[in-house]
Amino acid sequence: MTTADSSLPAWFPLKKASQHAGEFSLFFFRFLKEAVRPPFEGRVFLQQCFKVGNKSLGLVAITAFIMGLVLTLQTRPSLAGFGAESLLPGMVCVSVIREIGPVITAVICAGKISSRIGAELGSMKVTEQIDAMEVSAINPFHYLVVTRVLATTCMVPLLVIFADAISIFSSFLAYNIHGDITITRFFDMALSKLEWIDIFPSIIKSIFFGTAIGIIGCYKGFRVAGGTASVGTAANAAVVTASLVIFFIDMIVVQITDIL
Amino acid sequence: MKMEPIETVEPVVRIQGLNKTYNGQKVLNGVDLCIGKAENVVVLGKSGSGKSTLIKCMVRLSEPDEGSISIMGKDIVKINYQELNALRVKIGFLFQNGALYDSMNVHDNLAFPLRHHRKHLGKEKLNAMISEVLENVGLPEAGNKMPAELSGGMSKRIGLARTLMLKPSLMLYDEPTSGLDTATSKEINQLILDMQRKYQISSLIITHDIACAKMTADRIVMLRDGAIVAAGTYDELNKSNDEWIKSFFN
Ligand SMILES: Nc1ncnc2c1ncn2[C@@H]1O[C@H](COP(=O)(O)OP(=O)(O)O)[C@@H](O)[C@H]1O
Ligand SMILES: [Mg+2]
Repeated sequence: MTTADSSLPAWFPLKKASQHAGEFSLFFFRFLKEAVRPPFEGRVFLQQCFKVGNKSLGLVAITAFIMGLVLTLQTRPSLAGFGAESLLPGMVCVSVIREIGPVITAVICAGKISSRIGAELGSMKVTEQIDAMEVSAINPFHYLVVTRVLATTCMVPLLVIFADAISIFSSFLAYNIHGDITITRFFDMALSKLEWIDIFPSIIKSIFFGTAIGIIGCYKGFRVAGGTASVGTAANAAVVTASLVIFFIDMIVVQITDIL
Repeated sequence: MKMEPIETVEPVVRIQGLNKTYNGQKVLNGVDLCIGKAENVVVLGKSGSGKSTLIKCMVRLSEPDEGSISIMGKDIVKINYQELNALRVKIGFLFQNGALYDSMNVHDNLAFPLRHHRKHLGKEKLNAMISEVLENVGLPEAGNKMPAELSGGMSKRIGLARTLMLKPSLMLYDEPTSGLDTATSKEINQLILDMQRKYQISSLIITHDIACAKMTADRIVMLRDGAIVAAGTYDELNKSNDEWIKSFFN
């Protein structure tokens, strides 16, 4: 501990936070630099894409289904009170696509994928596997981090689109508990309210979410030092940080779209 | 070849005045060391004396603070990342616990460095090379096993096999016999000797195990608190009157 730390105890947490932010920025810039440098590890990238999709597909589907259902059942009485039941499909569709789909999917992926990456790389670090890669002249950052972050960046938006579709479908099922409507009519009503300004920011947002999920998992994993206990801590920290960052990104993107 | 380091030709490794500090604690304190062609040098020292730090500096897993490390004529502290990697390919590093990639089976572990450094190599050639090294380390049937299914001794052998895939001219062993029973230790030591004789590999063996030093060393260097305090053959050091040196040999 340096003297600055002990003479300024009140500043210590802030100092530590800014240190983390600095280290993380360096890590992120290194990712950007290495991502464009050949060779591209295509096989590992596809393996990671498969893992990301395969591991979270079920969970995302179930949550999205329940979200669509609940949203429809709960807003129906209020809308019916105004005699505006016909607005329901459009309203559900807009809220799912703009907000609920991306955020819920991303938070689930943070829990499922960030923690997995953090634990995986963390245990590779403590068992010297990352050092072994380094000394056999294989760049571990390129091989491990770039492939994982690119995989989450590509897969999270796809999972979001999948979740949106499931939510709207489950909304249709919920609507049909009381009403009687064909699926084509329902989707007609739902999508008629949708505009580019609803879809575009949501896709951009999902891409950012994907990058955040991957890079935070990798960062926490690579920072592991010491024994196996720190692997658990890293996985945990990855989930917490990734979830928080997702809400921050969401807030910023919403502010920007608001201005536009 | 057996007794003294070769002075006439440039040694494979020449370390001069190596210093390294961690958080104000001096871990290496002016280490000088030479390793000749096909020579086995053992660094003997207690736990925490800076042995691992020494070999980590040699492949730049750890940045030295001061001093020069010349390996095969290149100062590894000064060269850039590309040159460093070109040199690393010629250096084998056996980690204390093997450091096998636990998501891949033994076959893929061995193929991994070659897939990156010998891209043009055909599948048949690759499989033949893998069979050869597995044969060399005495585990010809282990190809399909996962690292989690291997015992400590087997992991070290496979770790050794993996470093041999790139045909290194210098091997660095971090405690090759620690945590193994006497019989298995002997087998590993024999393997180290075989590799030296068969491929003319120079080796640096880090250990606190005197039996390992006795069996493998052409020359022993003793490290205490990051400084070299004695050097010589096993027999020379065994005759020493110094209490601290004696404590190892009894
Ligand atoms: N990455 C590190 N950060 C801080 N201290 C370290 C680090 N690596 C080693 N040390 C310290 O350096 C000393 C020597 O460690 P090491 O080289 O691993 O010893 P040995 O391998 O001989 O047991 C120990 O006191 C250890 O605490
Ligand atoms: Mg050690």
